[in-house]
Amino acid sequence: MSKILDDLRYADSHEWVKLEGDIATVGITDYAQHALGNIVYVDMPEVGDEVTAGEEFGAVESVKAASDLISPVSGEVVEINEDLEDSPELVNEDAFANWIMKVKVSDAAEIEALLDAAAYAKICEE
Amino acid sequence: MEENLIKTCLHDRHVKLGALMSPFGGFDMPIQYKGITEEHNAVRHEVGVFDVSHMGEVRVKGPEAYKFVSHIFVNDVTGAPDGQIFYGMMCYENGGTVDDLLVYKVNDEEYFLVINAANIDKDVAWIKKNAEGFDCVVEDESPKYGEVAIQGPKAEETVERVLGLAVKDIPFYNFKTFEVDGEENIVSRTGYTGEDGFEIYGSHDYIRKVWDLLMDAGVQPCGLGCRDTLRFEVGLPLYGDELADDITPIEASLSMFVKLDKPEFIGKDALAKQKAEGVKRRIVGIELEGTAVPRHGYAVLVGGQKVGEITTGYKSISTGKSVAMAMMDKPYDKLGTEVEVQIRKKTFPGKVVKKRFYDKNYKK
Repeated sequence: MSKILDDLRYADSHEWVKLEGDIATVGITDYAQHALGNIVYVDMPEVGDEVTAGEEFGAVESVKAASDLISPVSGEVVEINEDLEDSPELVNEDAFANWIMKVKVSDAAEIEALLDAAAYAKICEE
Repeated sequence: MEENLIKTCLHDRHVKLGALMSPFGGFDMPIQYKGITEEHNAVRHEVGVFDVSHMGEVRVKGPEAYKFVSHIFVNDVTGAPDGQIFYGMMCYENGGTVDDLLVYKVNDEEYFLVINAANIDKDVAWIKKNAEGFDCVVEDESPKYGEVAIQGPKAEETVERVLGLAVKDIPFYNFKTFEVDGEENIVSRTGYTGEDGFEIYGSHDYIRKVWDLLMDAGVQPCGLGCRDTLRFEVGLPLYGDELADDITPIEASLSMFVKLDKPEFIGKDALAKQKAEGVKRRIVGIELEGTAVPRHGYAVLVGGQKVGEITTGYKSISTGKSVAMAMMDKPYDKLGTEVEVQIRKKTFPGKVVKKRFYDKNYKK
């Protein structure tokens, strides 16, 4: 059974978001890291890039395959998790602690529209 | 569509073990059990067992079996002792590759061909068509055989101890037949991992028995995921990636298996011409700086122009480097050529290297 944190919002493409002020921290869920298996590379955006909700902003690569990362929010990337450049396997160790990017959101209402923990748990069960 | 997938004789075992299953070559095959990395390392350092029952088996038998096999096979089986195995390809008249395969010489009048799962129907039709006029019989025995591959430095010890088979004296690329309950089985010192190991062909019942014994002994089951990472690291081709209907063995940098001094075989003229004139493209290795992962189909660039394409790529489990095999246009196939690989929106620098990323560990 994958871990799901109650205080986060989720996209059905298996990213999580935590909003603090106007900064959204984005990562992939425990369910996603488990489904991918050993992560060997995280393709991250660059600071200053604009990301759009529902659109690809990077990729996570397991040994076998690359999976697109879909941004749950729109805005400007203000920070990326540089630790993942050398140690992508951190995402396997703790997918919630090891976030991928921080975004200065342009529309906080987008986050309201995301799934809560209970709704996301249902998706993982399907 | 999935309902049409063929199940191997070990399918129920894979499901029970909780393997991640996926279609491959028309079969429902295990991709991984524990994880590709763990299974890969088991084979590199200990021993692992693969269900490779999806592979096809074709028997060629008759007074002209030798003459016919020589006609369809680019390697040369002439003068070989019984029990020897050859790797090589079957080619079309134009030099394109029908399939790569192993040829087991039972004797001058009987050969056992092991072909790729995805190509069974195509190969059998092609072999039968070309056998017209030869005094030999071609039989597709694929449905009859199950097959397991036991691979890794501890393979010999494991096969002897757990299965009670005397395999110590089988040299590399040789085989023995043995009988169990009136059924003939085959064990060969072959594999597709770059490690020492054995492949066992037998009835479905026998292969299930072998599998269960190996599981009881704690041998790591390994899926097709690590079969690909293992063969890739030692530069072995996969049909569909490095070989295809429109890729010749010369272009695949496999000309050491093409014996142009043989009097005759299908595709000889085209391959001899290509060898003499030089190929326009060929398969080489590429090593990237950094750890982005190059994958099949990605473009390889020089000065912003596409000059090649990745055929297989991984972040090598054994070395940690991001490496690939690629089909490169001349003259960009030269060792040391600086290239860029397009990975999604970005390009990553790398260079052309030999297509062997890990040294083979065969016992010969």
